[in-house]
Amino acid sequence: MNIINLIKVSITAVAANKMRSFLSTLGIIIGVGAVIAMMSIGQGAKQNIRAELSTMGSNLLTIRPGADNGPGGVRKDPSAMQTLKLSDYQSLSQNREFVKYVSPEVMASGQVVYGNKNATTTVYGESEEYPDMKQWKVEQGVAFTQDDVRRSAKVCLVGKTVVDNLFGEGADPVGKVIRFKSIPLSIVGVLKSKGYNSWGMDQDDVIIAPFTCVMKRIAAQNYFSSINCSAVSEELSDAAMKEIQHKLRENHKIKDASGDSDDFSVRSMAEMMEAIGSTMDMVTLILGIAAGFSLLIAGIGIMNIMLVSVTERTKEIGLRMAVGATGFVISVQFLIEAIVISVTGGIFGVLLGLGASNTIMPLVGLPSVVPTWAIVLSFCICVAIGCIFGYLPARKAANMDPIEAIRHE
Amino acid sequence: MEEDRKVVIELQDVKRYFKVGSETVKALRGVSFKIHEGEFVTIQGTSGSGKSTLLNQLGCLDTPTSGEYFLDGVAVRKMSKNQRAHLRNQKIGFVFQNYNLLANTTAVENVELPLMYNSKYSARQRREAAVKALQAVGLGDRLNHKSNQMSGGQMQRVAIARALVNDPTILLADEATGNLDTRTSFEMLVLFQKLHAEGHTIIFVTHNPEIAEYASRNINLRDGMIKEDTVNTNIKSAAEALAALPLPQDD
Ligand SMILES: Nc1ncnc2c1ncn2[C@@H]1O[C@H](COP(=O)(O)OP(=O)(O)OP(=O)(O)O)[C@@H](O)[C@H]1O
Ligand SMILES: [Mg+2]
Repeated sequence: MNIINLIKVSITAVAANKMRSFLSTLGIIIGVGAVIAMMSIGQGAKQNIRAELSTMGSNLLTIRPGADNGPGGVRKDPSAMQTLKLSDYQSLSQNREFVKYVSPEVMASGQVVYGNKNATTTVYGESEEYPDMKQWKVEQGVAFTQDDVRRSAKVCLVGKTVVDNLFGEGADPVGKVIRFKSIPLSIVGVLKSKGYNSWGMDQDDVIIAPFTCVMKRIAAQNYFSSINCSAVSEELSDAAMKEIQHKLRENHKIKDASGDSDDFSVRSMAEMMEAIGSTMDMVTLILGIAAGFSLLIAGIGIMNIMLVSVTERTKEIGLRMAVGATGFVISVQFLIEAIVISVTGGIFGVLLGLGASNTIMPLVGLPSVVPTWAIVLSFCICVAIGCIFGYLPARKAANMDPIEAIRHE
Repeated sequence: MEEDRKVVIELQDVKRYFKVGSETVKALRGVSFKIHEGEFVTIQGTSGSGKSTLLNQLGCLDTPTSGEYFLDGVAVRKMSKNQRAHLRNQKIGFVFQNYNLLANTTAVENVELPLMYNSKYSARQRREAAVKALQAVGLGDRLNHKSNQMSGGQMQRVAIARALVNDPTILLADEATGNLDTRTSFEMLVLFQKLHAEGHTIIFVTHNPEIAEYASRNINLRDGMIKEDTVNTNIKSAAEALAALPLPQDD
């Protein structure tokens, strides 16, 4: 008997029992649908986060004080967090090779006042290179200069939210003087609006001032909370990182080049994207496995139905054997039946998953990403389920004795 | 007996024992006979005498405990399960007592079934052979009727057509008229006689001693042994008997 005949016979048998076949397909439909939807959620979230990170600048590097204890590491005493000094900034600024921009960072939160209006915001002390590094345009006015930094000038750039809060929407604040913790800062420019980031932080609620000014006049500290750099290009991030580590170790008199005794840590955005990407892959995998369990249950359902079907059709099996079907042919017929059920379920499951992904993902503002490999994989899994869970019923059918089977009532 | 005709079946001291628990049931205790091409043999005997067991042997559904069975010159006993399946497919037509048609399936599809397991037939050849077989049993106008839309007699005809479709060497029937009324039984007999006349070799197991009068030879079993093996020289015509039956009253 050729395989086309067998497939015909199997499809006829599946179609002869529409309700039962549908019910056993249902498990597969839901299982595959769930797997596809979960993949879509995981991969969509991954893509979204990556897209956002790359707008922040994929060539950025952040230097933080203290050894890199990894996520969740124990914090050292406060002095360990004060290792980034002015001398570090200076050596990083000089003789740049793979590093393009450097800006140290000092922060202070507090109230800013203009006239009778006030708002709570954060002042970031940065170098004059900061807007260029962050590719952040100054919309009105100009950025502060290197000279301003050298003089610790009381000037600042403000974000849109600060302007709106202190001056009202659409006002031109350039040239006005605001007070932060009673220190007067003269506004030299307004930064282009960036909106909220994906963590829900308002990126326009900032004041950027020369770091010298913030260190001396506002925060009164002689160390940086971090130093941001950008590499010449994303590909050269690693080289830039080496350059930074080398310079800082020299400054901090660290002989050990392995990084184990570093009192600072350098993280690149590329690395972070990598890390987030693999975290999201993990999340996708876990979601997928959870959904995959429903496929296992569905497979057991198919096996159950097929076993009942084999028993019910004992007489038919006996007859087929009596007219010349071998045990092998009978087992293949039942295997194909199981596969037909699971693959039909798989097709509808993929459609269900795609449909669910395309309706749900836009609602939560994520792109609907169903990787082709997920569809192909679900399909293969369906065939495998048919084979695995159809095997037992098929073998049971194949081992029947034709005389006994045909007498079966 | 006309010894010049070809021997299609030869049994040599065939025994079939069944183990039931600690006991051994001796269903066949040594049966030997030859059946020639074109014979119409009835096998009779009391219930439990081993008729079905014997027919299962002849139909290659079962193998003897000892003794030899040659079908068309081929020794069956040492064959594997698959080889026997193949043999059933090619050389044997089996008519079962209770029709055994596939439910919800048309007559022609039922008849096609044995050919589905024969790779030599294409879909078209299969259909042609099935239609021809159905025409031979007088169901040429019922090709696409489903099995559950037919009368007992029609279903049995479909079963006979299915047994004929592979052009078998022997046609076996176990109580093929057991479930039918007298009139329909005679209609079946007419059909079997027609097939006999066309040259088919038929072996027909029955309880009904009357039927032996329409066959060319009768083998009588008792306790798994042959009690009597007689040739019938005065074969009655089933067609005449059918014509003599009182017509069914329709009101
Ligand atoms: N599979 C089996 N296992 C055990 N014993 C069996 C088996 N098949 C048949 N027998 C026994 O063999 C004997 C002959 O049985 P068989 O079915 O051949 O009788 P039969 O002549 O066809 O009877 P009937 O006219 O009632 O159909 C019986 O005693 C029966 O119980
Ligand atoms: Mg019997």
